[in-house]
Amino acid sequence: MRSSFIRSLTEIARKDARVIVVTPDMGFSVLEKFRDEFPGRLINAGIAEQNSVGLAAGLALCGKIVYVYSIVPFVTMRPFEQVRVDVCYQNLPVKLVGSGGGLTYGSLGPTHHSIEDIGLMRGLPNMTVYCPGDPIEAELCTQSSHAIPGPAYIRLAKGSGDPIVHKSKPDFRLGKAIQLRSGPDGAILVTGNLLGNAVAATEELSKEGVSCSVFSLPSVKPIDSELVLKLAQMGMPFVTLEEHSVIGGIGSAASEILAESGFKTKFRRIGLPDRFAKEAGSQDYLRKKFGLDASSLAKTLQSHFKK
Amino acid sequence: MDLQPTAREIRKKIVRMATSGKSSHIGTALSTVEILASLYFKTMRINPLEPQDPSRDRFIMSKGHGCLALYAALAERGFFPADKLSAFYLDGGIPGHATRDCLPGVEASTGSLGHGLPIGVGMALAAKMDSRHYRTFVLLGDGECDEGSVWEAAMLAGHKKLDNLIAIIDYNKLQSFGYTKEVMDLEPLSAKWESFGWAASEVDGHDLEALDGLFGKLPFSPGKPSVVIAHTVKGKGVSFMENRIEWHYKSPNAEQEKMALEELK
Repeated sequence: MRSSFIRSLTEIARKDARVIVVTPDMGFSVLEKFRDEFPGRLINAGIAEQNSVGLAAGLALCGKIVYVYSIVPFVTMRPFEQVRVDVCYQNLPVKLVGSGGGLTYGSLGPTHHSIEDIGLMRGLPNMTVYCPGDPIEAELCTQSSHAIPGPAYIRLAKGSGDPIVHKSKPDFRLGKAIQLRSGPDGAILVTGNLLGNAVAATEELSKEGVSCSVFSLPSVKPIDSELVLKLAQMGMPFVTLEEHSVIGGIGSAASEILAESGFKTKFRRIGLPDRFAKEAGSQDYLRKKFGLDASSLAKTLQSHFKK
Repeated sequence: MDLQPTAREIRKKIVRMATSGKSSHIGTALSTVEILASLYFKTMRINPLEPQDPSRDRFIMSKGHGCLALYAALAERGFFPADKLSAFYLDGGIPGHATRDCLPGVEASTGSLGHGLPIGVGMALAAKMDSRHYRTFVLLGDGECDEGSVWEAAMLAGHKKLDNLIAIIDYNKLQSFGYTKEVMDLEPLSAKWESFGWAASEVDGHDLEALDGLFGKLPFSPGKPSVVIAHTVKGKGVSFMENRIEWHYKSPNAEQEKMALEELK
């Protein structure tokens, strides 16, 4: 997703001289091409995240559109208050781009995991939150983030190893889900890098005679509340799925809508438990441990969607 | 132009706002008055009728709780009619920390300490990028210099040789729970900034002539950001508020307002 993001941003920057990238010394093997093409438009502020976000706000106050790039915890959590006050309160075109969503940096440990970022970012007024599910969605989210006037957060996953799930470029609209599969037995609302597993689990399920719908939600805030309400009204069993804590992410967002809808349906949040993954492990290992690999997901979904 | 009467008018406005709004932070506002008067009436290239002019000098009140002084100075300079100040701190009115867009001329929203200098660094970088000649002034509190983000910004500004950036420290020696010397000694303060690549000058922050002379020499050293360490007195100009920490919190009652205004005649 990172390569897709930077390719897309480079194209945008060719047409829009206001686009600047700020990094607290991250972006090795990602930002070089941008730097080489636009030497004056990449600012490495050193390993100083608060200052990076603050100066991004200062640049934005002078007419720039600023992308701040780092690893998720260091672009959302370390400078959280600068994001809140300098960026969101002032409602400026500063776009935070976090690499390594969820358990992408598995073996590096919890300092580099991001399981709380969606919750933090979605709680901020004026903030738009993107969580692309594959490199194609990453490109669409990057384009959308440039088109909207205010603050944004884009949660990316890997460099170039993320599976491409979409067969063609889908119709992307802010606040709208993208439907990938259709089936009457239940629905999966997935955001981010588990999109591939969601589709794979659905395929396993179809062998068992369970046919469900898959909706990708690259736009987390605004969320597609119409979709949630429609499923609730239909009484369709559904789950949310994300590589994020079950607290604060799309699971929480969907729960809020469902709880206030007045409708009842079978619902479950699937995500990471409320704990740090202290044991070392690759992303695949940790996904399996937390039941987020395709086979475990298929089992969970089968029991949830059982009539 | 003698700015003594201007400084007195700004002080009177501050006293009235703090009283009518029952706001805190009057002491911290009073210590900055001469600095603001000097900047807004002599040093900065600004036009109150064109507050968004891209070539204007910028000012950021990084010690956002001192916004009483900023708002009063902006009104005095003609950015907006002074009667707007009566909405300060009141229900539905103007918030008690500097808020952009609530009044013309307020360049940045502040209130959480340590945010203004990074924003100023961004503005100064933008000026260099766009080959514009405006300068960015950032006023920080002394206690605010405890914040790590101030030094992140200071280090980058020195590294990037931002000689269009000026930090001013309102060094009134009192922070929220005690003397700076006792809470977290800042000394040697000039040497700290200098070691971060800045050119530093110290001045009596209430001496209008000295401030004017110093601001006339900006940048102090080509290729370096400048810092003015302004020695000030918290609560300056109102005898019973001077050097008294409680005026970081208290607001004057009607009688105290009268006494203060009497002193400022």
